[in-house]
Amino acid sequence: MLNYIWAGMLLIGILYALFTGNMEAVSNACLEYAESAVTLCITMAGAMALWVGLMEIAGQAGLIERFTRKLQPFISFLFPDVPQDHPARGFIATNLVANILGLGWACTPAGLKAMEELAKLEEERGTPGYGKADGKKRGGRAASDAMCGFLILNISSLQLIPVNMIVYRSKYGSLNPSGIILPAILATCCSTLAGVIYIKLKYGRKSGC
Amino acid sequence: MLMRLSVIIIPALIFYIVLNGVLNKTDVYDAFVKGAMDGLKTVVTVLPTLVGLMIAVGVLRASGFLSMLGSVFGGLTEKMGIGAEFVPLVFIKMFSSSAATGLVLDIFEQYGPDSRTGLLTSIMMSCTETCFYTMSVYYMAAKVKKTRWTLPGALLATGAGIAVSMLMVLYL
Repeated sequence: MLNYIWAGMLLIGILYALFTGNMEAVSNACLEYAESAVTLCITMAGAMALWVGLMEIAGQAGLIERFTRKLQPFISFLFPDVPQDHPARGFIATNLVANILGLGWACTPAGLKAMEELAKLEEERGTPGYGKADGKKRGGRAASDAMCGFLILNISSLQLIPVNMIVYRSKYGSLNPSGIILPAILATCCSTLAGVIYIKLKYGRKSGC
Repeated sequence: MLMRLSVIIIPALIFYIVLNGVLNKTDVYDAFVKGAMDGLKTVVTVLPTLVGLMIAVGVLRASGFLSMLGSVFGGLTEKMGIGAEFVPLVFIKMFSSSAATGLVLDIFEQYGPDSRTGLLTSIMMSCTETCFYTMSVYYMAAKVKKTRWTLPGALLATGAGIAVSMLMVLYL
């Protein structure tokens, strides 16, 4: 899936540039954006080291365990097949809470660790494609139900208060910068609700794409 | 008030986590260093995906394809009193948050944040996430190739968010 999207973006972009004469801009953009990806990663590396480091302290001190236990019913509802004591639960819980509170710098690290843990879970279960030996066979790994659900939740946007937007609005002279809070919460709830309904419909069914 | 809160959140969290660790007799510094290494490893795993994705977005944007899409659908939105710039923004937002922010600021400057287009932009940006970006980066961390039902679900949620934002701006 991602294969085709990525190839499509590049091929369409280059062909379109051929017709519109924007080839020079495209050629510059390649290097510019590659560079900014690395810059972004370097910026992210600091936040990632800080946050995962703090998470490790919290984990060793038993803080995450206590915290996850409180969110247990919610996580069990959405991810019934992730075992109660699996570390993936801690990262999922942290990611969701950070998302809701709008702590962008905290939710990506926890989200990435959650995905790694969910992959380990499939490895423990011996799901085809997850073994160390058969990494390359049969076109690679397929996402587990938990991964699909977790990503849909993340993409459905959970952030309650759009702090960034409020700041930009006031910068551009809005008379009521925070007037969007209520509509934004409502819209976010609707998109998340749509996502959750879809997850509940698909979860646990042995379907392909 | 909100800004005050967000300033205090990070120091407060660090304070709480470290204090809790010390009280529980954890080797806080050792734990931190171990975790930091883990975090850096994850960043390195994700870097190639990020470079690939950013280049694709850059090419698509620089070729003028995205603005062409915007002008194709622009006629449709203009009938509803929404600026043509809104459509390319929806597309860009699915790939890159920083690129979308650039467009948002353009829209605010041109139409004003309290105009119909400005309001719709503010709400839509608040209730959607960077779909393709999140998918490729997160799935890279799990080394997953087949995404199964992730994309339909993600697009459904995004679509629901956009539809609700439009309804609210047009009828309320």
